[in-house]
Amino acid sequence: MKHLTEPRYIRWLLTGIAFIFLALFLILPLIAVFTEAFKQGAQVFLDSIAEPETLSAVKLTLFVAAISVPLNVVFGIAAAWAIAKFSFPGKNVLLTLIDLPFAVSPVIAGLIFVLLFGSQGVLGPLLEVYDIKIIFAVPGIVLATTFVTFPFVARELIPIMEAQGKDEEEAAVSLGASGFKTFLRVTLPNVKWGLLYGVILCNARAMGEFGAVSVVSGHIRGMTNTLPLHVEILYNEYQFAASFAVATLLAVLALVTLIVKSLIEWRTERQHATEEEHYHYEGSGERAV
Amino acid sequence: MSIEVVNITKSYKNFTALKDVSLQIPEGELVALLGPSGSGKTTLLRLIAGLEQPEQGSILFNGEDNTDRDVRERRVGFVFQHYALFRHMNIFDNIAFGLTVRSRKTRPSKQEIHERVHSLLKLVQLEGLAHRYPSQLSGGQRQRVALARALAVEPKFLLLDEPFGALDTKVRQELRRWLRHLHGKLGLTILFVTHDQEEAMELADQVVVMNEGRVEQVGPPEEIYNYPANPFVYSFLGRVNLFRGRIQNGIVKLGEAEFETDSVQQPGEYPAIGYMRPHDVEVSLTPKWEQSVQAQIRHISPLGPIVRLDLKRLDTEEVFEAELTRQRFTELGLAEKAIVYVTLHNLSFYVDSQPAQAPSPAFIPLQASI
Repeated sequence: MKHLTEPRYIRWLLTGIAFIFLALFLILPLIAVFTEAFKQGAQVFLDSIAEPETLSAVKLTLFVAAISVPLNVVFGIAAAWAIAKFSFPGKNVLLTLIDLPFAVSPVIAGLIFVLLFGSQGVLGPLLEVYDIKIIFAVPGIVLATTFVTFPFVARELIPIMEAQGKDEEEAAVSLGASGFKTFLRVTLPNVKWGLLYGVILCNARAMGEFGAVSVVSGHIRGMTNTLPLHVEILYNEYQFAASFAVATLLAVLALVTLIVKSLIEWRTERQHATEEEHYHYEGSGERAV
Repeated sequence: MSIEVVNITKSYKNFTALKDVSLQIPEGELVALLGPSGSGKTTLLRLIAGLEQPEQGSILFNGEDNTDRDVRERRVGFVFQHYALFRHMNIFDNIAFGLTVRSRKTRPSKQEIHERVHSLLKLVQLEGLAHRYPSQLSGGQRQRVALARALAVEPKFLLLDEPFGALDTKVRQELRRWLRHLHGKLGLTILFVTHDQEEAMELADQVVVMNEGRVEQVGPPEEIYNYPANPFVYSFLGRVNLFRGRIQNGIVKLGEAEFETDSVQQPGEYPAIGYMRPHDVEVSLTPKWEQSVQAQIRHISPLGPIVRLDLKRLDTEEVFEAELTRQRFTELGLAEKAIVYVTLHNLSFYVDSQPAQAPSPAFIPLQASI
C-alpha cells in the first residue's frame, strides 16, 4: 500500500498551493469588492445603487438576459436534439460552429456586428433607409450577448442526450406518440437538470458579458449601459465606492449562480448514485422474479 | 396478424445489413430470428416495426402494404433490448403512456386507462409496483413492464429484441417459460430476436436462421436441428466436429474410415467435409464397426449429466469432441491419455458441387449413417 499514494508532505504542499491560489485570485478580490463598496459607509453604497443610471443599467441587463437566455435555450435544445439523436451531413461542422463563440474573442464578436450593422457596415445603408438602429442601441447588445452565450445550453445538453441514446424516444414513437409529444414527455424531462444547469451558466454569462457588449453599446448612460459597462464608467470617473457598489451586484449574481449550480450538481449526483445502487441490486436480486 | 417481408434490402453507410430477404410469419406463431451478431436480425425487426426504412422491398401486415407507413401508425408492440422504459415515469405512467399520448378524441377515459393498466400489471405479475420507478426494479421486472407497456396499445403483434439478453440464466429461464405461457394465453403473433440457439429451440414454433444479411433456413426447431440446410446452420445450432476427406463415386474417405453416401455425382474426386454432433460419437474399448478408428483421450471435462472428451484421431491426427452420458463414461472407466475406438454416426457431408478450382456457395448435404 505504501506506494499507492504520494508522501504526506507532497499532498499537503499541493493542497496548500491550490488553496493559496484560490485565496489570492478568487476570495481576496471578492472581499476587496465588498470592502471597497462599503468603505464610505452603507449610505453611499445604497445611494449609488439607487442612482437612476444604475437602476437603468440593472434594467437593461435584466432585459438583455431575458431575451438572449430564452433564445439560447431554444437554440441549444434544437441543436443538441439534432446532434445527439440524428446523424446528418455537416454534423461535425455544426458542432464546431457551436464552439465558435468560445474560440473567438468577445471583442471580435462585437466588431463583427459593428461591421455588419454599423452605419459604415455591410447592411448599414439598408438599415438606415428603414430607420432601424442596431449598433449603439439595445438590439446590438442583445445580438452580441446572444452570440457570446450560445454555446452554454447546447454544450451542456449534447453529452447528456448522447449518453441517453434514442431508445426511449423510439419506444415513445412506437407507442404512437408524435414527435412533439415525445419531446415534451420523454426527452425534456430526461434532460431537465442539465438544461437548468446550462440556463444558469448562460444567464450568468449574459449578465456579466463585457467585451462584446462594450463594442456595440456606445456607452450611452441610462440608455445602452449594462451593469458591467456601468462599473467601468464609474471606475474611470474615480467614483470608486459607487463602482464597487455596483460591482457587488454582479458578485452576488455570481455567488447565487455558484450556489444553484452546486445544488443541481448535488441533485444529479444523487440521482446517479441511486441508479448505480439499483444496478447493483439487479445483480443480486434477480431471484425475486 | 401475419407478417410478410418481401425482397427487403437495407444497407448502412459501408455495409449491407440485409440482402434481398423474404420471410413469411403466419398469424399466431412464436417465431425466433436466430443468428450471430451482425447477421441483420435486429435490423429486420426494426424494419418490420418501422423504426428503419428499407431501400428496396416491402413489408405487409395481413397482406396490406405497410412499407411507407409511419411507426406511429403501424401499431406494433416493440420491446427494446434494454427495455427503454421512461426513467422519469413510474410503472403506471410507463404502461399508460401509449394510451395517454393519444389525441383527446381517441384517448380512453381516465377510469378505462386505470383499469387497463391494472389488468396488464396483473398479467405481468407486477401488481403493487405501479408507483415504483424503473430504476427500483430488477432486470426481469423491467422486462415485464416493457412487455406490458407494449401490450397496452393492443398491438397487431409483438416484436422483441433480444428479450432475455441482459438477464442472468435463472431469470432468463423463468421468463422464457412465462413468455410461452403468455403467448398461449394471448394468441398473439410474436417475433423475437436472439443469438442464443437454445433459447430459439426452446421457445419458438418456427426458427429463422440468419447469417450475413440473409435467411439461411426457416423451419420448426426439430427440423432445423436434424436437417440443417448448410454448414453454417449446422455449426450455429450446436457443437460440431469437422472431418475433412474426399468423395469418389459416392464413397467418402475420412482417414481409415469409409462411408457410403446417397450421392449421385459425376465421376471424379472432390473434397468433402463431414459434420457431426459430439453426442453422435460412439466411444468403445474394442472396434465395434468397420468404420471404427483409434483415438486418444486428451482431456476429460465432466459437465453435470454428460462428460465431454477431447479426442485426437490416431490415423489423421484430427482433433474432435465426444459427449457421453455420465453412466456410459463410468462403465468404460476412461482416463486421460487412454486409447479408445470411436465410431462416427450421423455424419452429414457437404460437398462443393464444383471441382476444387471454382469455389461455389452451393452445398449438397449428404447423410451417411451406419
